[in-house]
Amino acid sequence: MTGLVKRYGAKTAVDGLNLQVETGTITAVLGPNGAGKTSTIECCEGYRKPDGGTVRVLGLDPVAEGERLRPRIGVMLQSGGIYPTVRAVEMLEHTAKLYANPLDTGALIERLGLGSAGRTPFRRLSGGQQQRLSLALAVVGRPELVFLDEPTAGLDVQARHATWELIEQLRRDGVTVVLTTHLLDEAERLADSVAIVDAGRVIAHDTPAGLAAANGTADTAIRFTAPPGLDLADLLAGLPAGLSAVEQPPGGYTVGGDITPDVLARVTAWCAAKDVMPQGLSVGRRTLEDVFLDLTGRELR
Amino acid sequence: MTATASADETGAMKASRAAAPLSFAPAPGAAPASRMILAQAGHEVRLMLRNPEQLLLTIVIPALMMVLFSGESLIATDGPGKRIDFYTPGLFGAAVLSTAFTGLAIGTGFERRYGVLKRMGATPLPRWGLVVAKALCVLCVEAIQIALLSVIALAMGWQPHGDPLAVVLLVVLATGTFAGLGLLMAGTLRAEATLGLANFVFLLLLAGGGVIIPLSKFPSGVRPVLDALPITALTNGLRDVLQHGATLPWANVGILAAWAVAAIAAAARTFKWE
Repeated sequence: MTGLVKRYGAKTAVDGLNLQVETGTITAVLGPNGAGKTSTIECCEGYRKPDGGTVRVLGLDPVAEGERLRPRIGVMLQSGGIYPTVRAVEMLEHTAKLYANPLDTGALIERLGLGSAGRTPFRRLSGGQQQRLSLALAVVGRPELVFLDEPTAGLDVQARHATWELIEQLRRDGVTVVLTTHLLDEAERLADSVAIVDAGRVIAHDTPAGLAAANGTADTAIRFTAPPGLDLADLLAGLPAGLSAVEQPPGGYTVGGDITPDVLARVTAWCAAKDVMPQGLSVGRRTLEDVFLDLTGRELR
Repeated sequence: MTATASADETGAMKASRAAAPLSFAPAPGAAPASRMILAQAGHEVRLMLRNPEQLLLTIVIPALMMVLFSGESLIATDGPGKRIDFYTPGLFGAAVLSTAFTGLAIGTGFERRYGVLKRMGATPLPRWGLVVAKALCVLCVEAIQIALLSVIALAMGWQPHGDPLAVVLLVVLATGTFAGLGLLMAGTLRAEATLGLANFVFLLLLAGGGVIIPLSKFPSGVRPVLDALPITALTNGLRDVLQHGATLPWANVGILAAWAVAAIAAAARTFKWE
């Protein structure tokens, strides 16, 4: 898509967004709340008519050629879309009937661990079961491309890992996946490419490692936890120029930049002088989270 | 969900994966339109018949009214003939109104609220296919209603006249009208407002549409207004055929056809899918 613009009244949700997705990859669209992630995805799904720019999905215009596009894509909405009284298996079997070559619904239900939920009405499923049913509905028609809007929101740890495994299998089997998330570990673990969206624009688009390497000269950081409120200006004063130090969240410290053994020694010496024990001290490359916060800012909005 | 239950499910997931590998290799494609529409219509009929409120509205209330009003002289009817011959066409009208207008409006209003319509919009079923499926669903439930009411009425001595095809024509035109009006409401108002208003309008039309109260009981000044209502055109037309043996009640067919065109056009222009 090029130059996508979407406005709601006076508010511009998507402002000249460009994004290209390679076939057979997992792309994570990452951004703070209100960044325009869902609006962008919904333009691809044909739900929203762009106010400007061009969107092509599998070579088709999602609005004008929606009837040809929809059999080829799978969509998992952020929430709901399922009648409260409909039973889980019934909904899946019905959706399967709308496609020419659907997956075996029994096998899919087993795969997603929904066997026990079969005859339960949707409204009485747990949040995790509802999410997994929603995922099943997105893939049952054997699409080439799936859009997953926050696929693991509200899932417990086991269910999240199971969902990640399924998404990885989709890629292995040749399905292109576009997902939105605000979980950075999810993007880092799953995605071949990450597009960071802020204020309706793509501000960075690369592999997770590429993003971490490209943003800032340094690709390493020292992290530790300690009592909140340490005087970081004082710490930086004792370090070589070009380093950064932040406290985020309170009590969680990151020193970024060209981390040499000397820098590490100076940081620990500074802590010792203050009689502060740096807990969980680690040295490593910057995570996607560091990049994300650098790019989108640290203030709450 | 407890952590234990979740861990069990995850365990089950792993076990089953080992047993039966499932491939997601793409093989996209829509089912033929006729299969999609029939599947959707069947799905909607099942959901409608499972919903206790809908069953009460569409099956229990018309059947109870049939037994109560036809058996006892609660409301004096006009003209000669048996009460059952007067009430049966009126209650056919009530049954059509309850399904095509009230039931469809409330069901669709909540589907819109729950995002069901949005989700269906992502499947290969086109929007026109969803509308056709809903129409088939309504006609199917109406057939069940009219069959049930006919059995009760025949058991109570009902003697129908006229041409069944004329009845079918009136019912189909009225269904188009009521469904258009119901979707007009469901597609523009909040679900809760649709729920209240659809029931309120249902009661008003039951009272003033010649369903159970003969129109001759109303002052002559309001008669032309009542006669122009689609429910009145339906009940008058059904009585012309079933009670009086008319071949085809043209005036009432004309009123219903005009309503149907106007209601469907208004719904098509204003309906919001989200």
